[in-house]
Parts: sequence; structure tokens; C-alpha cells
Amino acid sequence: LGHGSGGQLSHQLLTELIYPYFDNPMLATGHDSALLSIGEQRLAFTTDSFVVSPLFFPGGDIGKLAVYGTVNDLAMSGAKALYLSCSLILEEGFPMNTLSKVLASMSQAAKETGIQLVTGDTKVVEKGKGDGVYINTAGIGVVPHDVYIAPQHIQQGDVIILSGDIGRHGMAVMAMREGLEFDNPLNSDCAALSDPIHTLLNEGIAIHCLRDLTRGGLATALVELAETAEKTFIVEETAIPVSEAVTGACEMLGLDPCYVANEGRFIAFIPAAQAETALTLLRDHSVSATSCIIGRVDEDNKSQVIYKTTTGSERLMQRLPGEQLPRIC
Amino acid sequence: MAIERFCINIEGIVQGVGFRPFVYRLAQENSLHGWVANHPQGVTIEAQGEALLIRDFLQALRTNKPQRAEIHTLNSRATALSDDSCFVIRESIQSEAASDNKSLKKASPEKDESSAPLISVPPDTAPCQVCIDEMFDPANRRYHYPFSNCTNCGPRFSIIESLPYDRKNTTMQPFALCNSCQQEYTNPLDRRFHAEPTACPDCGPQLQLTDVKGDMIANNTDALQQTANAILNGQIVAVKAVGGFQLLVDATNPHAVERLRQRKNRPEKPFALICADIKSVQQHCIVSEIEKVLLLSPQRPIVLLAKNEANQNEIAISVAPGNNDLGIMLPASPLHYLLMALLQRPIVATSGNIVGEPICISNTQALARLATVADLFLMHNRAIARPLDDSVVRVMNGVPVMLRRSRGYVPLPLSLSLPESLESVSLSPLPDLLAVGGQMKSCVAISHHNHVYLSQHLGDLDNRHTQQAFEDAISDLSHICGIKPQTIIHDLHPNYVSTRWAQSSGKKCLAVPHHIAHFFSCMAEHHHLGRAVGVSWDGSGFAHDGILRGGEFFCWDGHADIKHVASLRTFPLPGGEQAIREPRRQAAGLLYALLGDDFFTESPVLRQQFSTSERYNLQRMLSRQLNSPVCSSVGRLFDAVAALSGITTHNHFEGQAAMALEACAYDSKASWHFPFEIINKQDSLHPTQIIDWGPMIRALLDCQKTKMPREDIAAAFHNTLAQIILTITQPFDGYPVFLSGGVFQNKRLTETVTLLLRQQGQQVYHHEAVPANDGGLALGQIYYARCLENPSCA
Ligand SMILES: [Fe+3]
Ligand SMILES: [Mg+2]
Ligand SMILES: [Zn+2]
Ligand SMILES: [Zn+2]
Repeated sequence: LGHGSGGQLSHQLLTELIYPYFDNPMLATGHDSALLSIGEQRLAFTTDSFVVSPLFFPGGDIGKLAVYGTVNDLAMSGAKALYLSCSLILEEGFPMNTLSKVLASMSQAAKETGIQLVTGDTKVVEKGKGDGVYINTAGIGVVPHDVYIAPQHIQQGDVIILSGDIGRHGMAVMAMREGLEFDNPLNSDCAALSDPIHTLLNEGIAIHCLRDLTRGGLATALVELAETAEKTFIVEETAIPVSEAVTGACEMLGLDPCYVANEGRFIAFIPAAQAETALTLLRDHSVSATSCIIGRVDEDNKSQVIYKTTTGSERLMQRLPGEQLPRIC
Repeated sequence: MAIERFCINIEGIVQGVGFRPFVYRLAQENSLHGWVANHPQGVTIEAQGEALLIRDFLQALRTNKPQRAEIHTLNSRATALSDDSCFVIRESIQSEAASDNKSLKKASPEKDESSAPLISVPPDTAPCQVCIDEMFDPANRRYHYPFSNCTNCGPRFSIIESLPYDRKNTTMQPFALCNSCQQEYTNPLDRRFHAEPTACPDCGPQLQLTDVKGDMIANNTDALQQTANAILNGQIVAVKAVGGFQLLVDATNPHAVERLRQRKNRPEKPFALICADIKSVQQHCIVSEIEKVLLLSPQRPIVLLAKNEANQNEIAISVAPGNNDLGIMLPASPLHYLLMALLQRPIVATSGNIVGEPICISNTQALARLATVADLFLMHNRAIARPLDDSVVRVMNGVPVMLRRSRGYVPLPLSLSLPESLESVSLSPLPDLLAVGGQMKSCVAISHHNHVYLSQHLGDLDNRHTQQAFEDAISDLSHICGIKPQTIIHDLHPNYVSTRWAQSSGKKCLAVPHHIAHFFSCMAEHHHLGRAVGVSWDGSGFAHDGILRGGEFFCWDGHADIKHVASLRTFPLPGGEQAIREPRRQAAGLLYALLGDDFFTESPVLRQQFSTSERYNLQRMLSRQLNSPVCSSVGRLFDAVAALSGITTHNHFEGQAAMALEACAYDSKASWHFPFEIINKQDSLHPTQIIDWGPMIRALLDCQKTKMPREDIAAAFHNTLAQIILTITQPFDGYPVFLSGGVFQNKRLTETVTLLLRQQGQQVYHHEAVPANDGGLALGQIYYARCLENPSCA
């Protein structure tokens, strides 16, 4: 099963196997968190499981990922994160002091993002049946009444803002796991994204859609949104920031940074008129200090992402295929 | 004296080749009355007169037909007499759609379901000698007019918008004929009688030279002179040629060529040249008799010719760096004749496009997309209906071999030979098929009965404009053929744009393994049906087992059974597509498979191509199989050997390393080969034999240690590959051998193998009419479906 990379195969697994069993309008929106109306309140509800090797990597660890990941999913619907649950699946013999480190990291991350860990569970599996520790978190947040963030609200003329350089998390983790060495250090971008989002909302920026760029990277996020929104996006390769370290590592490995996972980056679809204000606000936060416009939503509604490369050639972006099989004959 | 009337229906290449005027004159000669008319499927004639003369007329239709006409079927039957008093060329018979062609049925009520194609649209041809002479005759009214043509020459497919082929259905429609042209057009004895694109300075298209903003600088003769001056001054001019824009610069000016390379983002790939005449070509290249015929043929392809080493001071080295060949063509249009007459030196002519995109065809498109490349634009107001690149041909074994099939050849159909059971179409008509080819060098094809219509070369489908051209070509072909195939054949690769397009079409789909399609493509063009051995060697294609194939041998029993008999030993490509761009990585993968972790110590030549950290990371990637897919590809073996030999470390364009290796071997007379081993697998799985390149690579490394000249190593590598083919195919006595896949664009290898096999009494065939590369896949896909799939199930 190669369905975990967040690309084409994950998409198939969801649409062909899982969704049919749980057919309801909430799932069908294809959003990271579900929006639930309970009385007068609109709640955002999301869950995510975290499996990463190694558990500690430059710039973060599985504990931070587990908190930020869920906080970020809530933030992508404009919600204020309130409560968090946490399930641990431990492999027999997992060192207690390592577990303490993970938990300390989680607690620190929760404090920092203002979310409260209110319930949890722990299970132990036989040795050899888990990679040390798996963590599942679920989170609940409140969505303000005037906030409607969803792919369906993307409009022609919106600009696409990217909150920073891409590819850091995936490359940092891979380099460490595979024992690769690069001159420029690779650090994960693992971070909470709630602050810049709330600033945008508080300052009256009409955010049409948000998406954090986790598995499958920027490309997969763009393709999925273009399909859900039934819009055409035009994105410029030259506008997409990639650090020298990530560029070098990707070239070495033959990977495209647009498909590499991030844990502290998002894209925002915002009316062109508010683009400059939004950029100024975003650049005030350290997690989105290098925000920039990478593209726009075009007139025709063809559900596609046009990617203008540095050579001036125009490609259609695709989801990360199951395996990156060369197509050069 | 018996008077009879016959209705004659002709299909084939009978439009745009002066067929109706020919019929008219023939009817006059035989004192016949009646009429001739084009219709979307061909030509219909009704002829009335003396029985004997009608017999002569029917006879002469076949024997005296115009040079470029081809008759596929001719049906005639007696019909009721009529009272027409002369012979006329009638208005074309229109048919609404091929599916309900009422008027067609009226014209040919007994049209049988023959195996002839529906219609043959003629390709574009270079000006004939008479038109050229007129153009340079100061007394002629078309003196220096760049759009002159006649029934024997000129633009066809590039200007046809719909059928039948009449002026009003071409991009010449906006130009109303002046009196003089009208007289020629209506005079049966004139060379321009019914020459649909005919024009003159008074009524036809006009030239204009503009700056990058599209502002007019000069027009007509003045525009030509200023274009020539600009080129002589080192400028880049985008010129609207037959099938799209070309970028022209002075090939003798290294700065100009360098500037074009930079602006076009094309650092090393060879440029093609235009020479004014055959003498000029002979100054720069060695031209054989067959190559001369090709250069002068009405198709006017680019011909790859060996450089004349004795005379290489004039053409800038940067035109084709590191290459022993030059791609040269002679002027393909009146405009090119006039320009070359002014320039009188070799001119670089490369397609006017952004790298990876189809060639620009409209003035606005060119101005928008080439503004950063060209300094000036030489344009005109005759529209181009579809993009057509210049075709490329290379002579191997004394026959022309197509490398890129486009202008001059498309859309002529190819015919297939089919199993007899399939030919009896009266019982179960063969379904029309659409084949969508591969990903790179895309070309699509439609088949109707046993004719296959291949599209022009379209380019690499990564680009969205090429994807558009791909879709346009499909609708173009189905419009021309008047059919809408309900079955689509595609490659097995799941991520090819063409595969995805087919699968999302809602039509019935059939996937064909890449290398089997190559094999069948070569058999198709040689009309071979029956047992055969296929050698499919290329870059890399997808197979069911997840290995990137490209060094495969197949055996077909002529019926349903295709055996995968042998394959190249696999090796990893560290970095996937990145490895394909860097032959040095492929060499690393090859050595890793052979020698394990310490491989760099065995090849100082390879070692020095990497930094310390690159070496460390590569070893990690290889040992942990990180993004390192394995391949069995001979194309990749070429790349690896080129890097191991220190010839090419990076591919700036597809096939660069392989071309460099072939070029390197050029001067070597070495006829020996490296050792290799054929390993018979014990299990019954296919392939049953593995070709182990291990002994060859070990020997090659030893040769490097003894400082053997690189060209001998390169030659021995070619010889080894030829020996491998000989060894594998030997047991298949009486099985003709078919060579296909991009590797066989290599002349040295193809000629060596052919010679060896022929010496052994083996029959051997290589590609001629369609490219050995993926440009020929669509033909193979169709032939495979025709031969192996039950046609009635479609
Ligand atoms: Fe191929
Ligand atoms: Mg998530
Ligand atoms: Zn002519
Ligand atoms: Zn005229």
C-alpha cells in the first residue's frame, strides 16, 4: 500500500474506498476540518494521526507535530482552537524518558497555541508492531460568525499567497532518516499557523480559502483546491520561494520541492484588492515573514493549475503520482 | 458507334494534386462530355462518349495520373445517358457529415465498403521548378512574389481548414482572385487551373516586417531585403514559414548563434540549417546520391548529413557542438527561395516556439510568445491552419529513415497488412481506432479499415499548449477522416498525459505495453504479418513489473502469443528523472549494481565528476534505494557509458549523451567488441534470458586504465550491442528481426547490426516511414490492436 504520501494514491483511497462508506455532505466538502452547527455556535472539528521517523528531527519532533498539525487544521477553517484530545499508541519497550520528552514538547506546544488538552488514551502494542510511538490528536475550535472559508468561495481574480519557503519539513526528516548530508542545514518548518490567520481575520481580510501544505506539498494542495473549486489557477515557478538548502537536497534526490511536505506553511486565496494589506500583516509574524504572491485565479473554470516554469513553458500541475516514475523515454 | 456513360468514383490522393484539371484535359482529348467533382471522400466523374474512347479514358486515368496523385480505388459503372454538351469541372459535392452523407450516396450509390481510406489530403510541397523560374524572371508578373504556387506545388495541409479541398475551405478564402488569376484558375490548359491557393502580388497575401511590438517596418520586397540585412547584421528574425514560425540567424556568425541559444534557452542542442542550393550543402557536408534526392524532394525535410571535415571554417561551431552531423534543408517555400537568394550563406532555422511548446502559427501568438527571442518579425496575412514542424530524415543503410515526421509527409496515410480474417470486412467491419501514442515526441493516429493516419509530430505532453495541440490533432484527424473512433489505444504508463486523457474519455480503452508497441510499429510499416523477433531498445517505458524497460527482445508467433525472450540486466537510476538528465548518475547506478559500495574507486573518470558530498549522498541513495527506480534500458546504458568515458556528464537535451557517444566513435575503425554474458533464467518467468553487461563494463574500465583512445571504446561499445542482438536472435532461425525504439536513431548501431544479421542470412528491418522513437508508437499501438485484439468485441 503506497497510499500515504498524500498524492494521487491517497486521493484514490479516500474517494474510492473510504468516502463511499461515510457518505455525508460534511465529508464531501473535502475540507481539513468539519464545520458543525451546534445551537448558535459553529464549531470546527478535526482529527489527525502522526507517524514520523525519526521522532526527533531538526526543527521539531512528533509531539510538536501532533499539536500543531491539529491546531493548523482548525486554523485553516478560521477557527479559534479550544480543546484537544490525544491518543498514544506505544510500542512495548518504548523508552520512558523519550516519551517524557515527547509529552513535554506537546505540552509546550499546547500552551503556546492556547489549546487545552482535555482528554486522552494510551494503548501499548507488541514489540515490532509499531514504530515506537504513534500519536492521534483531535481538536475542536469555534468559528466566528462572519467567517466563511472554503474552496467553494475561491473567486476569479483572487491572488494566491504562500506563507513562506517550501519543502523544509519533508527534506529535513528525509535527510535525517536516510543519513544524507548537505552543506546547508535542513530544518523543519514545523510551526503553529493560527496567529497570522487570526490577524488577517481580525483586520478584516476577506479570506476566501486557506490550506496548509502538508503531505503532497504545494502542488497537491493547489490541484485539490482547483478541482474542488472548479477554477483555474496560474502559478509562477519563479515566485515560489525555496531555500538554498532545500533546493540542493531536492536536486540531489531528484525530487520536486512542490511535492515535498511542509508543517508550517499555508496558502491563502484573497481578493486582489486586499493582497498588499494581507502581505504586510502576514510578514509581521515570524512564521509567515516571507509571505508572497505566487499566482492568481484565472477566468476560465477548467479545474486546473497552470504552472509557468522558469523557462517560460506552461505545464499543468498534477497530484503527486503514486510513485515518481520517470516519463522520459 | 456506341455511346456510353460511366460514373467513376476514385479514392486516394486525388485532391490538391491537379487531378480534376487532369481529368478535364483527358476528357477533352477523348471528346467526352460530362463532369468531374471533388467530394469529401475523393473524386467523382461522369463521362459520356464513344465506348472505345471511354475505355481509353479509364485506362489513362490510372497510367497518366499527375505525379503526386495516388489512386487507391477506382470504381466505374455504366449509367443512364445524359444530354450535357461539354465536359465541366463542377462545384465540389458537399456532405453534411460523413455519418449521413446523402449527397455522397447520390454521387456514388454503389460505394462499397472497400479498404480504401476515406480521403487523402495532400501534404505541403516545395515550389516546383516552373514556379521558381517565374519568381526569378523580372518579366513575370509574379517576379519576387513569395506566395506563388500551382497545381503541382505549394501549401496544402498547412492551409486546409475543412474538406473538400476548395479555396473557400482553405486559409486563402479571404483573398479574392484578381482577373488575371481568375483566368488562369479557370483555364483548363493553365498550370494554375483550379490551383486552390493560387495568388499574385495584386490579389494574394502580402509580406510585412515588424518590430517586436508588431509595428510595421517595411512590406513586400522591401521587407524581404530588410530581413536579409538584419540577418546579415547578426539579428534574430522570426519568419512565418509553411507550418509555423521559424527563427533565423546567420549560421556563419558565432555571436548571432550564441545569442539565439541564450534567448531560446537552448544551450547545446544542434540547430538545423537552410542552404541556398545543393552546391552550398556539398561545401559543408558529404552528400550521397540518395541524400541529394532527399534534399531536393518536394517534401524538403531536414536531412542529417556528415560534416565535411575539410571545410568547416565557415559555419559556427556552436550550431551543432560536438556533433559530426549537420541537419540541413533546402528552401521549402517561395519565401525561403527569395530570402536565401539574398543571403547566399547557411542560415540557422529553428522552430519558433518556447522550449517544449508547439511552434507558433499566428502572428499575434508569435508576437506574444517570441517577443523575448526575436528582434524582428517577418510575417504575412495568410493564416496557417495547424502547426507543422520541419521533418527530419537520416539515411541509414542507403534508405531514408524518418526521425521526425511532419511537414511534407503528414497527413498521407500508411497502409497496414492485416490477417486475412480481418480483411473480410463485409462480415464484421473493423472498428475505427484512435491511438494516442506516448508522452514525449507525441504523435497520434487514427485508423480506418487498413489505413492509418498519423498526426504530425506534436512535442512533449508536459506542456499545456502541447496538450492542446494533441487534442486539436485528434479532432483534426477525425475531421479529415470523417470518423469518430469509439476505441482508444494508449500506453501502459499510468502517468502519461495521453493515458490519462484516454482513460477519462469515457470510450473503450486498450493499453499496450510500450515496447510491444515499438515492435509492432516497425512490423506495421514493413507490412509484416507472421512470426518475428522484435528488438525494442529505447530510453525507458513502463511495463507491468514496475521496471523501467528499454532493452527488450520479443518473439511473436504471428498469432496471439508474444514472448518476452530477453532483457538487459537492470541497474538503478539514483534520483529518477534527475538521473536521466545526468548521465553521470546513471553511470553511478550502473557501477553500484556491478561493484557495490566501493564503486567510485574503480572509475577515476566518474569519481571526478562528483563532489565529495555528492558521492556520499549518491552512495546513500543507492544503498537505501532512495528514489532510485531500476531500469533495463539500453538508452540509459548509452548514457552511463558516455559518462563513464568522460564524454557527457549532463544531458541538456534528450539523447545528448547517446549522440555524443555515437559521434565519438565516428573516426574509429575498431571492429572488436567487449565481452558480455547471456544468462538463462531457471524459472519459467519472462524474460527467460538476461543480457549481462557486467563483463563489458569491467573490460571498459580496464581499457581506460590502459589509456585506450575514447573513440575505440565508444566504437567497441556499439559493436558489443550489435553482437548482443546477433546472439539473442540467432536461435530464431527464419524469424525476421525488427529493430525499434529511439536507440535505433543511432546510425552506427543500426548499420552494424543490419550488416551482421544479413551476413548470417537473417532478414532484418528497421524503421523508415515512421520514427523509431516514440513518434512511431501510435502506429504500433494500432497494429497491435488490429493483429491481436478481437475486432468484433470493440
Ligand atoms: Fe520509447
Ligand atoms: Mg491534517
Ligand atoms: Zn509550381
Ligand atoms: Zn492575382
